Amino acid sequence: MKLAYWMYLGPAHIGTLRVTCSFRNVHAIMHAPLGDDYFNVMRSMLERKREFTPVTTSVVDRHVLARGSQQKVIHNITRKGKEETPDLVILTPTCTSSILQEDLQNFVEQASFDSKMDILLADVNHYRVNELQAADKTLLQIVQFYLSQTRIQSSIIKKTLNPSVNIIGALNLSFHVQHDIAELKRLLADLNIEVNLIIPEGASVNDLQRLPQAWCNIVPYREVGLQTAQYLEKQFEMPFVTTTPIGTVGTAAFIREIGQILQSLEAPFFNYESYIQRQTRFISQATWFSHSIDCQNLTGKQAVVFGDATHAAALTKILALEMGIHVLFAGTFCRNESDWFYEEVRDFCDEVVISDDHNLIGDLIAKLEPSAIFGTQMERHVGKRLNIPCAVISTPVHIQNFPLSYRPFLGYEGANQIMDLIYNSFTLGMEDHLLELFSGHDTKSIGSKSLTDSEIWSLDAQAELSKIPGFVRGKIKRKTEKFAQEAGIRTITVEVMYAAREAVMS
Amino acid sequence: MERKPKINEFQVNCETGNYHTFCPISCVAWLYQKIEDSFFLVIGTKTCGYFLQNALGVMIFAEPRYAMAELEEGDISAQLNDYEELKRLSIKIKTDRNPSIFVWIGTCTTEIIKMDLEGIAPRLELEIGVPIVVARANGLDYAFTQGEDTVLAAMAHRCPNLPKLEERGVVLFGSISEQSTKHLSLELEKQGVKVIGWLPAKNYAELPNLGPNTYICGVNPYLSRTATTLMRRRKCKLIAAPFPIGPDGTKAWIQKICKVFDIQPKNLDEREKMVWQTLKPYLDIVKGKSVVLMGDNLLELSLARFLIKCGMTVYEIGLPYLDPRYQNEELNLLYKTCIEMNVRLPHIIEKPDNYNQIERIQDLQPDLVITGMAQANPLEAQGITTKWSVEFTFSQIHGFMHAKDVLELVTRPMRRKLLLHETYTKKIDQTNNVPKLFVV
Repeated sequence: MKLAYWMYLGPAHIGTLRVTCSFRNVHAIMHAPLGDDYFNVMRSMLERKREFTPVTTSVVDRHVLARGSQQKVIHNITRKGKEETPDLVILTPTCTSSILQEDLQNFVEQASFDSKMDILLADVNHYRVNELQAADKTLLQIVQFYLSQTRIQSSIIKKTLNPSVNIIGALNLSFHVQHDIAELKRLLADLNIEVNLIIPEGASVNDLQRLPQAWCNIVPYREVGLQTAQYLEKQFEMPFVTTTPIGTVGTAAFIREIGQILQSLEAPFFNYESYIQRQTRFISQATWFSHSIDCQNLTGKQAVVFGDATHAAALTKILALEMGIHVLFAGTFCRNESDWFYEEVRDFCDEVVISDDHNLIGDLIAKLEPSAIFGTQMERHVGKRLNIPCAVISTPVHIQNFPLSYRPFLGYEGANQIMDLIYNSFTLGMEDHLLELFSGHDTKSIGSKSLTDSEIWSLDAQAELSKIPGFVRGKIKRKTEKFAQEAGIRTITVEVMYAAREAVMS
Repeated sequence: MERKPKINEFQVNCETGNYHTFCPISCVAWLYQKIEDSFFLVIGTKTCGYFLQNALGVMIFAEPRYAMAELEEGDISAQLNDYEELKRLSIKIKTDRNPSIFVWIGTCTTEIIKMDLEGIAPRLELEIGVPIVVARANGLDYAFTQGEDTVLAAMAHRCPNLPKLEERGVVLFGSISEQSTKHLSLELEKQGVKVIGWLPAKNYAELPNLGPNTYICGVNPYLSRTATTLMRRRKCKLIAAPFPIGPDGTKAWIQKICKVFDIQPKNLDEREKMVWQTLKPYLDIVKGKSVVLMGDNLLELSLARFLIKCGMTVYEIGLPYLDPRYQNEELNLLYKTCIEMNVRLPHIIEKPDNYNQIERIQDLQPDLVITGMAQANPLEAQGITTKWSVEFTFSQIHGFMHAKDVLELVTRPMRRKLLLHETYTKKIDQTNNVPKLFVV
């Protein structure tokens, strides 16, 4: 048993449902007790979907416990087939059905006898995989099913006339995914590359047979789609790109990789290098912005990064490489990606943290006191408590992270967006200076309220402390107290403060 | 066996039970805040934790007094010892938070693997010196608010025995806000009825004394197990009454309690009339409008009865579970209200099927659908006005004082539609609404 208040990743069935609901006309039937269909609420509220979420529950109740599901699951599958005529029904096990150990595969086979649609049992184990791993697995399962079913007709392997790619791994309830896909399409159009298929978001399972017609595959997010890309490589010799096009450096690497692949496949010549140069130097604002004098203030600023593997790695690189910010630690909750993550960020941060314990991450942030946090909604709340600004860069997220306006993270426009996000997270340059010069905005109100609790501060020192700008005052107070404690000093005078400052600086 | 309410004029149907509702473990959300010295430990899987985390939103960031004991593969396959595991976690929580009472919430998984929580709890209680109450609030057996019912039923055993022979008064049960408990207690005391205590109380130590012949009365329609436990195990006497939701319900509730104590209620009719007068602006909006309650929290009968009294037509009342004995008086009042308002009796559907319901809603095109969040946005996209039902559970709706709040919730989507419609169609030459211009 594990004591837990909060988790970064949901249970396995959520991953499966995110994949099935992203396809068009695919229905999921959960084998679950009443109340486990909370996914429908999340999809309807967070993504503000206008259509009903295509997920139904075959309810596990006392009767099912006593006698087994018997005809119930089969009935629910065939009923849904008649009501909604989906192309595919996915029977989705949950933690409950995992331990009931009913032969769900048998139900699938029985229901297949008198249904026209395809029926599959999602092959995920609740106790072994998390939400993202399950999504990855389910996507592979569906792709495999539709590509093996056709038994490799030669017509489907014929490549498209012009260079084309599949984008794999765009899911419902992902972070800024709709905007990312739009941006990726724009980028590819610039490069004269056609998009063959985007899966699963908005795709029909009947289209899946066209997957091998693309020249190569793109997996923009590390967590979901990799297995599918690997399968397509093995089966159809399709190369794939896993470099995440986040940030100008990341996007350039991504374009070069595609360029190399396409050139090796004898695509018509396209000058990728000059495109990258033009975008980086003149069209995208990100690189220029970070070189502009305003960003000099960010020199030496400290930040921490935490999130899923893709976003945390990309943000760490942007902060260190493109913005010159000191990353104290970079971390991810995707334990299964720890090796990849370490390799990605090892040159760009002091420490690498792999953990799914939010308390540990919170304590670490409190200890390090960075000037800004880049994390999930959980870190945003930690930031609130510690009075440190936080930008959200990864799931888990709330409704405000499903913005209506165009907010990609990928590509050149994504780089602009991220630049804004980072810059706005730190105190603005001029404001920073003025605060220091004139001792903060709010010197009047403090004094009594925040300082009476600690009797060790002399009056002079309290006055001095009040001159320090509000946003660093807490940090300096704590550091000075720590210094005094370690040095065995009972009363903090102005002198002690200066000594502490010197000790900390040296 | 077919169960029918006493008033057999009602058409009560039972559908497939394929409907959306919250898992009953959600009761920890309001119960940990109500019982201030408690700690709720939900013994379940990641699925339970994920639900709580998402359903309770910001509350989890405020250092809640609940946690998951997340079961891992070793727990499921009995490689780990349940007793030792629970002891380890409980000691940790005791050290960190020092609660006066533990509430263990059993879930679907503990049910299926037959973890003997009721057996482990008394042993561990002795060992760690903190009372442990076990409630099986799982989705196999219960829906949403019934979670509170299982917790209160378990807690009923912990109420101390009545020390004196007899104290004339009533013990009320149901978890409502402190303000609402004070309000309802005051209303009864105004009539000369003594409120001995509440189940649950603010603190574990304040649980009311119970004895044979203690009068009890419920304030929420979903507490039938608690009522049964109090009657059978603690030998209390249940005052069957409609529930104090809406001014009509509140009056009937007070009347029924007064009757048991042979008290002629004073000024009650006037009090009710005055409340109705304050509701006038809302009544103008809802009068003549139709509503369907899809059903997910068991408040549906009482809400429908109040809305009919407000002049609405109710086509359909869906509800997860109908206890015709515990809800008998509410059904009676619903029947009487329909006759009085001269409307057709609503169709009552126990364990509804959301798919069928949506087909009926599309046919009926009601003015308002009270439903869960899974259906609300899709229905709105089809042009059907909805009110998110969970808000009725998380808002104060009891007593004369909060009748207005119920209608505030019910009319909000209608008022919003009107507002947006007016804004879009507002004519430029309308002179009565031109803002004053100040150039200083």
